Amino acid sequence: MAVDGIGAAVKRKEDFRFLTGRGNYTDDLARPGQAHAYVVRSQAAHATLGKIGTAKALKAPGVVAVFTGADLAADNIGGLPCGWGIKNKDGSAMHEPAHPVLAVGKVRHVGDPIAVVIAETLAQAKDAAELLDIDMKELPAVANMREALKPGAPVVHDGGSGNVCFDWHLGDADAVAAAFKKAHKVAKIDLVNNRLVANAMEPRAAVGEFDRATGEYTLYTTSQNPHVIRLLMGAFVLHIPESRLRVFAPDVGGGFGSKIYHYAEEAIVTWASAKVGRPVKWTAERSESFLSDAHGRDHVTHAELALDKDGKFLALKVDTLSNMGAYLSTFAPAIPTYLYATLLAGVYTTPAIYAEVKAIFTNTVPVDAYRGAGRPEAAFLLERLVDIAAAEMGMDRVEIRRRNFIPSNAFPYQTPVALQYDSGDYNATLEGALKLADYKGFEARRADAKKRGKLRGIGISTYVEACGIAPSNIAGALGARAGLYECANVRVHPTGSITLFTGCHSHGQGHETTYAQLIAERLGVGLDQIEVSHGDTNKIPFGMGTYGSRSLAVGGTAVVKALDKIVDKAKKIAAHLMEAAEADIEFKDGKFTVAGTDKAKTFGEIALTAYVPHNFPLDKLEPGLDETAFYDPKNFTFPGGAHICEVEIDPETGVTKVVNFTAVDDVGRVINPMIVEGQVHGGVAQGIGQALYENCVYDDNGQLRSGSYMDYQMPRADDLPSFKVATAITLCTHNPLGVKGVGEVGAIGSPPAVINAVVDALKDHGVRHIDMPASPQKIWGIINGNRRMAAE
Amino acid sequence: MPKVSMTVNGKNVSAEVEGRTLLVQLLREKLGMTGTHVGCDTSQCGACVVHVDGKSVKSCTMLAVQADGAKITTIEGLATGNDLHPMQAAFKEHHGLQCGFCTPGMVMSAVELAKHNSNPSEHEVREWLEGNICRCTGYHNIVKAVQAGAKAMAAAK
Repeated sequence: MAVDGIGAAVKRKEDFRFLTGRGNYTDDLARPGQAHAYVVRSQAAHATLGKIGTAKALKAPGVVAVFTGADLAADNIGGLPCGWGIKNKDGSAMHEPAHPVLAVGKVRHVGDPIAVVIAETLAQAKDAAELLDIDMKELPAVANMREALKPGAPVVHDGGSGNVCFDWHLGDADAVAAAFKKAHKVAKIDLVNNRLVANAMEPRAAVGEFDRATGEYTLYTTSQNPHVIRLLMGAFVLHIPESRLRVFAPDVGGGFGSKIYHYAEEAIVTWASAKVGRPVKWTAERSESFLSDAHGRDHVTHAELALDKDGKFLALKVDTLSNMGAYLSTFAPAIPTYLYATLLAGVYTTPAIYAEVKAIFTNTVPVDAYRGAGRPEAAFLLERLVDIAAAEMGMDRVEIRRRNFIPSNAFPYQTPVALQYDSGDYNATLEGALKLADYKGFEARRADAKKRGKLRGIGISTYVEACGIAPSNIAGALGARAGLYECANVRVHPTGSITLFTGCHSHGQGHETTYAQLIAERLGVGLDQIEVSHGDTNKIPFGMGTYGSRSLAVGGTAVVKALDKIVDKAKKIAAHLMEAAEADIEFKDGKFTVAGTDKAKTFGEIALTAYVPHNFPLDKLEPGLDETAFYDPKNFTFPGGAHICEVEIDPETGVTKVVNFTAVDDVGRVINPMIVEGQVHGGVAQGIGQALYENCVYDDNGQLRSGSYMDYQMPRADDLPSFKVATAITLCTHNPLGVKGVGEVGAIGSPPAVINAVVDALKDHGVRHIDMPASPQKIWGIINGNRRMAAE
Repeated sequence: MPKVSMTVNGKNVSAEVEGRTLLVQLLREKLGMTGTHVGCDTSQCGACVVHVDGKSVKSCTMLAVQADGAKITTIEGLATGNDLHPMQAAFKEHHGLQCGFCTPGMVMSAVELAKHNSNPSEHEVREWLEGNICRCTGYHNIVKAVQAGAKAMAAAK
């Protein structure tokens, strides 16, 4: 192993600039002559939109321009495209209504953009926005999915079947029905997976700039995948060829999925920059983020698990309603289908599974992937159901899991819901977690808590997830409208320093360090000689960006493939320099040697020779040392693990405190353990947030009741404990590094562990399930027999 | 428009501002000091924390005119050249940051805590940082960093 190579807890290369205030986030940009855009949004959840009078606003101080949907239509600007099509049970296409950049004719959720005011300062733009004369007539709205399905409910989009976007299914309904007939016991659950807001700390921002000399547009944006934005916005919305459109996502302050999608504001500032002939900047205020960033989760599910007399799972039946919001966000249809129902086998050998998923339009903000994206919903459902089954069978919660685990010698394992898991050892992660959490000692801790007047509970969750969504051809057959490969360009410079251009994007993950470690390991070059460049479509050949924990499994493999090519070519150059056969060249620790001799050339010497080819096999080889690889994975990767949560509830207040949290995860090979642990910490915090604190709430009129940090409870430092985190790995079998992915495991495994612990703590109060978030109000209601509060 | 003068990281600055201009807007937009961030609009997240006359303040909650005559320190003023301040160094050492967006406010808050308490307990650190939201780290490593940074600051005195 190189000193700073694979497995080393290297301190991050990117930290210096972030710690000294030198980060370069989109809102930090001040382009020469930039004007400021303020987006005027609907305050009604559903309304007709008539004429928009702009005359008064245009005369206001500092105003440069005001644009509405009519101006975009006049320029033939398209709607925001959806990147994944789902087919209904009968094979017909999902209902895919238009998603205008600025609303036309109707607004469909609070926050729907209506107009943009551009002025010298943001304050002037906001002042002028007050002077717009907007003709709107409010219509009845629907925010709740069950209400949206009732006859006579307000219809969000005409032209479809009521408010149903698609009615989809997966699995074998007949096999499931047959298995249920033979069941010894059926465990049932009705649950809600609460709507969340990703809340990356950096609000979204975008700056558009048009160069009149070259005709080139530049969009600076807070994106997790700038090439995807360039493709979607260029091809479908603004009709600008890629050759004249640069998208640059500089430092991005967290994403968690919410910065994957192509948003209206990106198209607005890019288009408007040419209209007004100067750069146009837009930055969301936090309350605006709540109304315009895609939300996450929001499922209502009924599920049943059939068991035999020994507690073996026979079949699983799942019926889910999934909220799409008012429009289809970029990848929304994929989340409750191929990233959810395909995970319903979990870590268990359940032989028959059938899932039905109805996606519903409502007058709410669009819903799309948020950290975990479909997989947390599947894990939560399974792990709650397994605990309920254990209780109803009178079985131990650990034992029922062990009895149903896919055994470690059964891989590759084909599930009944389309996926083939390549590797895993669910007993190993569970045993590791039980030990690290001192599970055996729990009853003593419970008794001690009781003496202090507290209700203590413990909960387990064992999960698997799927990362690095792929391969492209299969995803394409399932409805993906994009490829799912990744690109890496390794550029060795004449003096031996190296730049990696990656199509993935780092917004907290530490790629500048982890990728550099891969290169240091392979080429024997110091980390200070390696720079990692991401985010700029003018520098990087192509890329699909960072989401779904793909950056190492897919992006890292592309780096390895590019390094293979570099080493191949470098060996040829070394063979020529040392007058040896290429087959005799060995490369180790940055040195090329001829086997059996003391001849040697350093990596730096080879690099210099490649660019100063005076002694070079020009008849056989091109000069230069610069290689690109595209990698399309053969399969998903399947991280898994066991999370154990211990809570204490104060029965006087209903407040739950997480007192211990243990995570033992199998993330495949670990490149930088410090970064891996940090990813787990962050994911677990978000999972605890979902379980105990966070909730995105709409009232019956479609007004968002949790639209700021005053109302949406973000987990804070004093809400959380320190975590016990470890890994127990198996290697991925189909990528060369054996890596699986770690970005989402924390958020997937933790929510059911927390709720299982809360239910355990309340077991003497006759509660079998509690929906998230398990707020003090709900818990106090349960303890005190107040049904209304318990149901809130 | 009113004119304000103050020292920012030891330099005298003055600017014309509107009455409604916030201190953070003055720093970011007029002075080009973009290390201080804005993460919310309800004074909850703490990404904008700076020191005003030695005390940590959410600069989104103070008007620029209120800071007239004050001594301001921002994240840009902590390090000496390429030498990180002990609190900054501790954040790097303990992986107390990921995306970096909340980091300036976290560090500035932590520095003030350390001035009062050179050996804060985990509980004390968590209570102190209640007004600084981080979405990436789960606070685990931030807590370790602040404890280590506080000790390092005391040792460097």
